Amino acid sequence: MSKASYTIAVTGLNAIDSPGPGLAVIRALREASSFDVRIIGLSYEALEPGIYMHDLVDKSYQVPYPGAGQEVLFERLKYINAVENLDFIYPNFDAELFNYIALRERLQKELDIRMALPDQEQFEARHKSKLFEFGSKHGIKVPFARAIYSAGEIPAVAAGMGFPLVVKGKFYDARVAYTVEQAMQHFNKISAEWGLPVLLQEFLHGSEVNVCGAGNGKGDTIGAVPMRKLYITDKGKAWAGVTLDDEKLLEITAKLVSATQWNGPFELEFMKTREDEYYLIEINPRFPAWCYLAVGAGQNQPEALVNLAMGREVSPFGSYEVGKMFIRYSYDMIVDIKEFEQISTVGEL
Amino acid sequence: MVKIKKNIAVSDTGFLFNPMTGDSFSVNPIGQEIIRAFQEGKGEEEILEEILDMYRVDRSTAEKDLLDFKKMLAHYKLID
Repeated sequence: MSKASYTIAVTGLNAIDSPGPGLAVIRALREASSFDVRIIGLSYEALEPGIYMHDLVDKSYQVPYPGAGQEVLFERLKYINAVENLDFIYPNFDAELFNYIALRERLQKELDIRMALPDQEQFEARHKSKLFEFGSKHGIKVPFARAIYSAGEIPAVAAGMGFPLVVKGKFYDARVAYTVEQAMQHFNKISAEWGLPVLLQEFLHGSEVNVCGAGNGKGDTIGAVPMRKLYITDKGKAWAGVTLDDEKLLEITAKLVSATQWNGPFELEFMKTREDEYYLIEINPRFPAWCYLAVGAGQNQPEALVNLAMGREVSPFGSYEVGKMFIRYSYDMIVDIKEFEQISTVGEL
Repeated sequence: MVKIKKNIAVSDTGFLFNPMTGDSFSVNPIGQEIIRAFQEGKGEEEILEEILDMYRVDRSTAEKDLLDFKKMLAHYKLID
């Protein structure tokens, strides 16, 4: 029997110091043993490195920013689909997920394009501003947090929470504040970039451990690989990490996936305290930029989710290799300005 | 009895990896021998005697060093 062949569009091609997950997802798909793949890059800006990585991305198209709305995005995808005949889309940015989730049924019905995404309810419930409530509901420890809409609220919240505390943006960015003044500065910067609300969260001492995983929407965990960051950039991003043998973390993950009937990829961020207690810090409803580590450790989760969406039989991964590391690096590509011109003016490369 | 956590192994080069936490350490030859002895289920007195047999060291220094090493193993959560 011949292998299936899919055309898959992927966003998040910004392999910069705070990288998008796109290239890691693409590498996973390129290594899929169960199907051949043609990769279509979906970019927002002309300088996203993935656009120029022709060994990974076959063709790239600019797409409208999330703020342009669902209709504009749908029209663009309709055009791209007319040229490329897409089978599947992997959206990889938090900020774009709302639009893709809203378009999921329409994309499948009208354009026959599939995706692996949580539903609107799952997506909303795990928002940073609602995570405390989410944790209480599912019996998972979450540091206390309050969503605030003005810097004037900081002194009162901080009085109850104490210092240090963490100031977090609704999509990205988290900064530790030791004084009210510092918290206000962080609030102003983060709200200017990511909008409101901004979150004030209890600070926990410990080491950060994350899980890259996928759920099948029926309560089963298709795969889960825990990782500890070994080197963290000033933006809090992992630049190196190692897979862990952590039964407790896998148990919490399975419990969460089962309770939420999670569908699609996820990254769980935990703080593990000195007393070996786990506090859930964030649920990202997409693969993390380090998801290729899971592939290296034996779980090609992006491949599994494509197969699941295509209606093929997918068994959960039973194991992964412990002690597998990833070490990220940066690399200067030399690019002809003609290519930059092409993507900037025509919106395709 | 000191019990080294499961899955912790020390390589011939003295590299120790804790798969539960992701921490890694470098252990010198005597540290490797002590860990190996704990893994073999030997008691502290037996290990102390072996150290005194193998190295030119007085009992009180060896005792103190073994105790320090044990505390370090506990601090890094390498023992149950």
